[in-house]
Amino acid sequence: MIDPIFLAEAAVNGILLGGILALLALGLNLIFGVIDIVWIAYVDLVMLCMYLVYFLVQVYGWPVWAGGLASLAFGALLGVAVHLLIISPILGSAPVNQLLATGGLLFFLQSFATFLWTTDHRSVRLSLPSYEVAGIFVPLTRVIPFAISILALIALYVFLTRTFVGTAIRAVAQDREAMSLMGANPQWIYVVTSAVGGLMAGLAGTLLIFQYSVHPFFGGQFGPLTFMICVLGGLGNMVGAFVASFIMSEIISLAGVVWSTEMGYVIAFVVFIVMIFARPGGILARRG
Amino acid sequence: MSLLALAGVTAGYGAFTALWDVALRVERGEAVAVVGPNGSGKTTLLRVISGILPVRSGTLTFDGVPLTGRPAHEVVAHGIAHVPEGRRLFPNLTVADNLKMGAYLPSARARYRETLERVFGLFPVLAERKLQRAGSLSGGEQQMLALGRALMSHPRLILLDEPSMGLAPVMVLRLFDLIRRVREEGYTILVVEQNVRQVLKLVDRAYLLEVGRIKMEGRAAELAEQDFVRKAYVGL
Repeated sequence: MIDPIFLAEAAVNGILLGGILALLALGLNLIFGVIDIVWIAYVDLVMLCMYLVYFLVQVYGWPVWAGGLASLAFGALLGVAVHLLIISPILGSAPVNQLLATGGLLFFLQSFATFLWTTDHRSVRLSLPSYEVAGIFVPLTRVIPFAISILALIALYVFLTRTFVGTAIRAVAQDREAMSLMGANPQWIYVVTSAVGGLMAGLAGTLLIFQYSVHPFFGGQFGPLTFMICVLGGLGNMVGAFVASFIMSEIISLAGVVWSTEMGYVIAFVVFIVMIFARPGGILARRG
Repeated sequence: MSLLALAGVTAGYGAFTALWDVALRVERGEAVAVVGPNGSGKTTLLRVISGILPVRSGTLTFDGVPLTGRPAHEVVAHGIAHVPEGRRLFPNLTVADNLKMGAYLPSARARYRETLERVFGLFPVLAERKLQRAGSLSGGEQQMLALGRALMSHPRLILLDEPSMGLAPVMVLRLFDLIRRVREEGYTILVVEQNVRQVLKLVDRAYLLEVGRIKMEGRAAELAEQDFVRKAYVGL
């Protein structure tokens, strides 16, 4: 029998992981919801941002906050570049071609990263204390990224609901032509959306490099999971993706303690497949 | 100089030509209707004016500024607000957010609060329902929201596409009263309608569009007397 304290610790770790997964999932989901294209290579952009923070902080000795800010800017730039260079020219083409194009980007980025930086695993280690709360160890290296993720998601929520541009992003997702009649250039809204999505990738990269090591195939570790969370929450449904992030992270974390991490992923994918049949529109989809 | 002037406008979709050599003008402060049977090109005409559909040939001038070939989001900035067919609200946004999007233009954004009060004054039901999803409104309320959203941009010309479409008869009468009030506020209106009898009571002048060509033009009161009205109805 497993000591309940381990389960409690796993549950806490699940929540801490869920925060970062939510950041990844909402970034990807925002872009899908508005532009209607899944960036298969989204987590590979995160991977590039992780490398950036690694080099700036670990190799060149920048302070962590400066490396993080640089990563945000770099992520936003990457987002805009991906949109203008890859997405924009194929906006009108068949969905399968769009999928292939962003999938091609994935292979390009993986190969390019291998070519530049080899397959070595690299990480930035911060020595921050762990605290014991009611017998559960909570490392600050995970609590701080979680807190920053939640703050970033609140900021995203405020941006999307309170500002003109944020509301326009949601409006374009519903009716592109009507929004152009309001005086907004949909192409510009797409660029802004891509920049915000890229910004979130930059932030996720910064938070992840202090917990995981980066390598050219890092996207394979989190990419499918992120995509799965988006589908589980309902593609384009931000609240659904947020909830699904924590469901998935809890399954992986709890099953990881009870059985093994591999089993955790197996169960997560089984739950995913079952849910796809049970609620194909996502967990929060309206019936009918 | 007319506020809006179309000369020799031809437009269509793919190989299909929906408008042939259309000439039309709207003066400042005027209300003008375009009537005609289903499929005569009325909606296409408005889509061409607001820049959603490009013209193939001909010119489009607004207040002396050539707008031919300008995209929709630039046309709005010149002061033309289009209330499209089927209203095209953002169904999952609240009533307040729909109105906010109407004020998306930088010039309108600066006066957003004050304009919102005016629109709420004109359509009090929108103020009551401002936090409701637009998609949950009744047909009449949705049409009011679409009108209010157009007013938010401080337009100099409002294009109305079938405002009475899908509304119950009693609501149609109320809606025309509201459009009349919008008119009295000094707005210039170009309206496309199948409800010919009602719309001719509202406007100063009217055009009859048939199979993409302007067939007749004249003062609303005079046209209502002729077989013009019957003709448009028969087309149904």
